[in-house]
Amino acid sequence: MPGIGVGIHLAVDGLGLALALLTAFLGMAAIAASWTGISERTGFFHLCLMSVIAGVMGAFLALDLLLFYVFWELMLVPMFLMIAVWGHGGRYRAALKFFIFTQAGSLLMLVSILGLYFVHGTETGIYTFDYMELLDTPMGRATEFWLMLGFLAAFAVKLPAVPFHTWLPEAHAEAPTGGSVILAGLLLKTGAYGMIRFLFPLFPNAAEAIAPAVYALAVIGIVYGAVLALGQTDLKRLIAYTSVSHMGFVLLGIFAWEGLALNGALVLMVCHGASTGALFIIAGAIEERAHTREMARMGGFWSSAPKMGGAALFFALASLGLPGLGNFLGEFLVLLGVFGVNPLLAASAALGLVASVIYSLWMVQKVFHGPALPGAAMPDIGGREAATLASMAALVLWLGLYPAPFLDRMGIKGHIGKTASGIETGSAKGTGANGLEAGRLAEHRPDMGDAPERQGGRKEK
Amino acid sequence: MKEFLWLIPALPFAGFLALLLAGRSMPERLSALVGTGAVGLSAIAVLLIGIDFIGSPPPGGFHAQGLWSWVELGWFRADAALRLDALSLTMAAVVTFTAFLILVYSAEFMAGDEGYSRFFAYMDLFVAFMLVLVLADNFLFLYLGWEGVGLCSFLLIGFRYKESHTGYAARKAFIMTRAGDTAFLIGIILLAASFGTLDIQTVMEVGEGAASGQQGAIAALAALSILAGALGKSAQAPLQTWLPDAMAGPTPVSALIHAATMVAAGVYLIARTHALFELAPAVMALIAALGAATLLISGLSALVQSDIKRALAYSTMGQVGFMFLALGAGYWQAAIFHFMTHAFFKALLFLSAGAVITALGGEHDMKRMGGLRKRLPLAFWSFLIGAASLSALPLVTAGYYSKDLILKGALAGSGAFLWGAGITGAFVTALYAFRMVFLVFFGKAGADAARRTGMGIAAPLVLLSALALFSGFIGVPSFLGAVAPPPDTAAQVDTTLAGVLSALVPVLGAAAAYVVFFKRRAWVEGLPEKGFVAGLHAFLRSGWGFDRLYERLFVRPYLLAARAGREDFMDAPYAGAAKAAELLSRLLAKTQSGQVRRMRWMTIGALLALRARSYDAHGRSPSSGVAAWASARLGGPSRVVLPFWRSRSILRSSFPFWTEEIAAADGSLKPILNGCPA
Repeated sequence: MPGIGVGIHLAVDGLGLALALLTAFLGMAAIAASWTGISERTGFFHLCLMSVIAGVMGAFLALDLLLFYVFWELMLVPMFLMIAVWGHGGRYRAALKFFIFTQAGSLLMLVSILGLYFVHGTETGIYTFDYMELLDTPMGRATEFWLMLGFLAAFAVKLPAVPFHTWLPEAHAEAPTGGSVILAGLLLKTGAYGMIRFLFPLFPNAAEAIAPAVYALAVIGIVYGAVLALGQTDLKRLIAYTSVSHMGFVLLGIFAWEGLALNGALVLMVCHGASTGALFIIAGAIEERAHTREMARMGGFWSSAPKMGGAALFFALASLGLPGLGNFLGEFLVLLGVFGVNPLLAASAALGLVASVIYSLWMVQKVFHGPALPGAAMPDIGGREAATLASMAALVLWLGLYPAPFLDRMGIKGHIGKTASGIETGSAKGTGANGLEAGRLAEHRPDMGDAPERQGGRKEK
Repeated sequence: MKEFLWLIPALPFAGFLALLLAGRSMPERLSALVGTGAVGLSAIAVLLIGIDFIGSPPPGGFHAQGLWSWVELGWFRADAALRLDALSLTMAAVVTFTAFLILVYSAEFMAGDEGYSRFFAYMDLFVAFMLVLVLADNFLFLYLGWEGVGLCSFLLIGFRYKESHTGYAARKAFIMTRAGDTAFLIGIILLAASFGTLDIQTVMEVGEGAASGQQGAIAALAALSILAGALGKSAQAPLQTWLPDAMAGPTPVSALIHAATMVAAGVYLIARTHALFELAPAVMALIAALGAATLLISGLSALVQSDIKRALAYSTMGQVGFMFLALGAGYWQAAIFHFMTHAFFKALLFLSAGAVITALGGEHDMKRMGGLRKRLPLAFWSFLIGAASLSALPLVTAGYYSKDLILKGALAGSGAFLWGAGITGAFVTALYAFRMVFLVFFGKAGADAARRTGMGIAAPLVLLSALALFSGFIGVPSFLGAVAPPPDTAAQVDTTLAGVLSALVPVLGAAAAYVVFFKRRAWVEGLPEKGFVAGLHAFLRSGWGFDRLYERLFVRPYLLAARAGREDFMDAPYAGAAKAAELLSRLLAKTQSGQVRRMRWMTIGALLALRARSYDAHGRSPSSGVAAWASARLGGPSRVVLPFWRSRSILRSSFPFWTEEIAAADGSLKPILNGCPA
């Protein structure tokens, strides 16, 4: 719609590519996970699945704000349907909650998008939704702050940041396995992606202004999610709370807005997608076999299903941040980056590392160890599940042990601060140690401009 | 040969992979062969590389081998790289040889266990991670081994996963050590952020060059956090309580954890980073004090244990306490020397205890043993040698040489007070070591011994006995460098008296044990069952109540928080809002009764409320008077109450058609509406 400045503008850079590849990868995993679990209206389920994936993929690639919003909404309704139609007991409530939370956030974002559109239009005379055009919109501090809040609302709900996380456990618990994989692996990442792509570049000053509050939320989320995870009796809710904790690390890494932390957040996003997705697949497999999500009714599954136990152990270890697996690397880089910004913050976030051991070990031991309960025998994972889980494990291992190819091609360049003692060893050109000045922010943009860009045909909607 | 350095950790890892992938379909013999062979080959590799290293020392006294670039981002760079020097060579040699002997023993000991190949897989992984830890040239790579060791201890302590108490013990070990590890990780981050590198040697050099001011403070802080990590892994106060529970694992696992891997890690780490610690004398003093405290705490606890493996576990805490004492005094070579002798005699003690336990059909309680000297001669002699070496009986045992060195060092480096604690600890050590000997092998015959030991168990015991006796003659491996404290802390102290005492005290301890636990045993058994003595006994036996304290301080509050949070109180506002909305919608739904008569009045009411703004009680626009004032002030409908009978005239003046329509609707619409479901 050229008349009002809407274009189909897609582009990809390292960040987008990494997440788009993750989308394709987890999309396949989700389909594999739904192979046998979905028996009713299979075709419609996969229609929903495909549209969610399309929405996520589009959101990662769109560089036109209105287009981004369209993709953003495209994720929502099919996801809602997936929970509401193929979910479990409390599915309507969960689906509705998911919908209301995310929709409330998205509408605020829409208001902000329109606000930005008009601010830009009145200031420069060009009315456009194009991201590249909007980047340097001149605006007052207050305007910037309020517009930023709208975006933040949408992204924080999606991420989810405490205290907007409460839709997540319910949605996860009730969603079918494939839905959980997509939800944990991809939908949450769109929030983080949005922050990196839109929030900071569009509103650098406002984002910096609100950073302290977000730090607090992130650290609270890390610890709060980890503590609550231990209290859960429902396996899928437990995994959902671990997501809250891990996404706290991602949030922290993004708002530190420092190269190491950003790359850490990116690695963590990819690995969290794979490891948590895998845990949901395992939880789904158990549910399919033992017909329960209650951990009180599980135990001793190792004897009958050692392969599944081994896989669960592996991904639990990934989730507790064992060095050598990607999640550790992500968390380490986040902490390292945040440390340069605020050492105390990094130290308190590290508490999450202790708490994550507690819930991860508890989960594995409760479900797979212990005396076998009567009737606890169940068939081990088959070839399809094993292949899915193995490829996810390979991804986590690869990023944990040899992330260089990934970081070289898809890592976020620039913003890498210098060490506290002033040893300038990297590419940093700025003056401050924390890399938060607006001047430094500009470094990120050439990265996007250099990337292969594909300008889609403008078509009527 | 040195270019094959990477094979040392790679071989056990390959063994692990082979067992992981194919172990389920392997027969027991093959599993054992793969598992043991991998570590054996690694030991041979260490030997060959060691001969090469000593024969033709590389320039600078170390050989570094980069494996791959692990992380490289801007200024930050961490390589997976190995470093062979005297320290890491000594450690690697002790680790591989001890582990190999333990694995040979396990091949027979674990026979018939349903998780046979899983056991060997985990053990190989354990050794591989330990070797990574020992050989790493980079803090982050070291941390990989460090956490891997923690993981393997978790897997092996909880090896018998069907019993729930093993799961608890395994979890406890991992969580407690992880608490220390997290502090260590923060220290790593601090070092990286301050010095711009995680290369261990570079950090040491940069640290040494900047001993004062802010960088000195950073070094002290980093040393403190490294210490926290070491305390957890090496089971020193206040992070020691996981070790006695770690006995839940099979006996060879205990031997491996206590002798060669886990608990040695902390000692090694401090020895490796000793340059950093020397910048922080206060932290050094703390190390020595904690070591001495652990030594006494654990010694007195070991004295009253009845479970043979628990007693040995407390003795490990104490011996590592000795090592910490040496580290704190600046004599890190003495600590490594004691680590070596301790590895041999502690492995020996555990393995012979395992032989006793198996022979008695799984009996752990020393009170129910006794008189086994004749029936289990091999176990007796090896346990006796182990106990003698643990007590450091002078001249004939290896333990004496290393302990003597530590005590002298403590006197010179840390002063008379800590030396006093050390010599007291040495006495208590001899006392409880021989208490075990007398309880288990002398006196009345207790439970019946059944199983005879085969070659697979005998050979390692004999070899370890020899090592426990004679490895002391090696002295401190000469290439580690002369045992000397950092020059500035060296005080000229006459250590002759200390030397005599450290030779005499263990003998006294053993003699006391002979009197108290053999000759006059009735006296000990006649101790009152109630009152202060019994209370003290229970207190010591529980490891000085640390478990209960931590239970109250951390475990219960945490569990309570988790349980209280089960319903996620942050959800409450949303749930409340949802409830309120539901309630409101119910209330409003009541108004939707479908009865036009009622709806008419509501509509009229609503309209009146709207119109009331523009009309006062006389049907005129309020331009003056109270109503105008009120509507201007309040900005809303004026508070003027319309007399009901006037409403119709007002309505008529504003909506002349309205009342007629309602009147018509009253009659004609009602039936239709009533027919619809409300």
